[in-house]
Amino acid sequence: MTDFEYVLGLGDDALVAAQRLAQWAARAPEMEEDIALANIALDQLGTARLLLTYAGELEGADRTEDDLAYLRDDRDFHNCLLVELPEQDFAVTMAKLLFLSAYQKPLYDRLADSGDERLSAIAAKARKESAYHLDHASLWTVRLGDGTDESHRRMQDAVDRLWPYTHELFEGEHADLRAQWLATVEAVLADATLTRPADGGWTPGGGRQGLHTEHLSYLLAEMQVVHRAHPGARW
Amino acid sequence: MLQDIACGEASCNTDGVYGNDFGAPDDPAGQSLLDQVEAAERELRSAAERRLAGDDHLQGYFEAIIEADQKVEPRDWMPDDYRRSLVRQIAQHAHSEIIGMQPEGNWITRAPSLKRKAILLAKVQDEAGHGLYLYAAAETLGVSRDELVELLLSGRQKYSSIFNYPTLTWADVGAIGWLVDGAAIVNQVPLCRCSYGPYARAMIRICKEESFHQRQGFEILHTLAHGTPAQREMAQDAVNRWWYPSLAMFGPPDSDSTHSERSMAWKIKRFSNDELRQRFVDMCVQQASVLTLSLPDPDLRWNAEREHYDFTQPDFDELMQVVKGNGPCNRQRIEHRRRAHSEGAWVREAAAAYAAKRAVREPAGV
Ligand SMILES: [Fe+2]
Ligand SMILES: [Fe+2]
Repeated sequence: MTDFEYVLGLGDDALVAAQRLAQWAARAPEMEEDIALANIALDQLGTARLLLTYAGELEGADRTEDDLAYLRDDRDFHNCLLVELPEQDFAVTMAKLLFLSAYQKPLYDRLADSGDERLSAIAAKARKESAYHLDHASLWTVRLGDGTDESHRRMQDAVDRLWPYTHELFEGEHADLRAQWLATVEAVLADATLTRPADGGWTPGGGRQGLHTEHLSYLLAEMQVVHRAHPGARW
Repeated sequence: MLQDIACGEASCNTDGVYGNDFGAPDDPAGQSLLDQVEAAERELRSAAERRLAGDDHLQGYFEAIIEADQKVEPRDWMPDDYRRSLVRQIAQHAHSEIIGMQPEGNWITRAPSLKRKAILLAKVQDEAGHGLYLYAAAETLGVSRDELVELLLSGRQKYSSIFNYPTLTWADVGAIGWLVDGAAIVNQVPLCRCSYGPYARAMIRICKEESFHQRQGFEILHTLAHGTPAQREMAQDAVNRWWYPSLAMFGPPDSDSTHSERSMAWKIKRFSNDELRQRFVDMCVQQASVLTLSLPDPDLRWNAEREHYDFTQPDFDELMQVVKGNGPCNRQRIEHRRRAHSEGAWVREAAAAYAAKRAVREPAGV
């Protein structure tokens, strides 16, 4: 039997990623990119809804996707820290997306073959989307890394700052996926003329246990404000 | 050319910003709009089949095309004024789509359910797509998107004034969908039959999506109006605030409208501002009753003689103020656009630099 908290964590990754990507609406660097980022946000949101709905069923306490998204506090969110970090600039957004999709893709591949029928159906749909996210993020990482001096500096800086947060992705039962993740990410970084940061040192974590950065509470405050102001209302 | 298509002071909103025209006067309101889009699509196909044989370089040929309800295509000869009018109208329409992403984009992160969040995100994405098709249609007339964006950012071309009003509550997302997308459709359905082929084709695609937006807005308001007392109040307040600005979207009264006659003769525009405004009011009255919300006009009543609703005109002085830049959000909207543009500059430069490096590394043909 699949674990409620595990599915919740996957759903929270997708939900928080969608919320961050949605912040780009009407402010992307090009109009085409506005459309692309909205697409990716919609994919993540769609997967989040399926996963949260399923998590609610696993829990058996009649909680819907909206109950889980809007009525939990940050200590009850199980997403990894990477997705909740602010989108400081477009390089950070692309580095986050590269790291996330390079992890989600093989994870969903694996879950698509798992014995849990519901989860494997969700993963089978999501992995196709993750492949597109990975393509998109790789393309931009290479363009920015191998673009101008400024874009190279920003992209390297984003990669360096976010790298420590990627260790958390491989905590627990899917630790072995890191080899595949590294192979994907290292190839993109090399193409982008970027330096792969060293491992070791600081490895922030705790998201899966509900111990987050200070950023998550603000993200949730914004996301939940209207829903919570009208208890019991339908939308 | 750019000087000519830039906006001369307050005149711009008069000629079809966010569209301006509309369909057969005695159709039942609302549901016939999509039928009209489809009829325009059929007409477009048959016009292509009937395409006149002849010399593309004659003024007479241009006039014959207009006369025969054929489509003018980019390679055809056309009068300079026709080209200029179209560029200005299409560009202002494109700018409206792009600026129009902001007021609703404002609520994506706070949408009160995940389903509504997804629908709103997709809607704002559609508007970006509309902007892109329209800039592409304008480019067929010999201007570049970059030039047009520059005219927007420098304030020399306008966008629809409706987007200079703020979205203050979640219900505003519903009111914009129902009223603003609704008015846009009323304006734009006749543009599906516009004499310029690329614009007509872009409008067909856009109108189909706008009608979804309108339905979604209606659904949001319907849910709120049938929800808690606070939700209902929120819905009514939003309709109260958006009603008159939506009526103003059709532009000044016909008596003051510039550019109209010539645009009519060229079949860029097919109905007058006042005709379209009336049509919109007639459509909304029926729908408001289904919503169980009231329209904020004590003088709104059926006129059996005219077979239309009598209504109070919007405040055209206010419209002129907003067109001049003095609406509640003019500065905010344009500053937001300028910031997105300037903060994205390093990304666009990087993409260009990367493409140039690749072109050197992999010469054409590889
Ligand atoms: Fe639109
Ligand atoms: Fe729309």
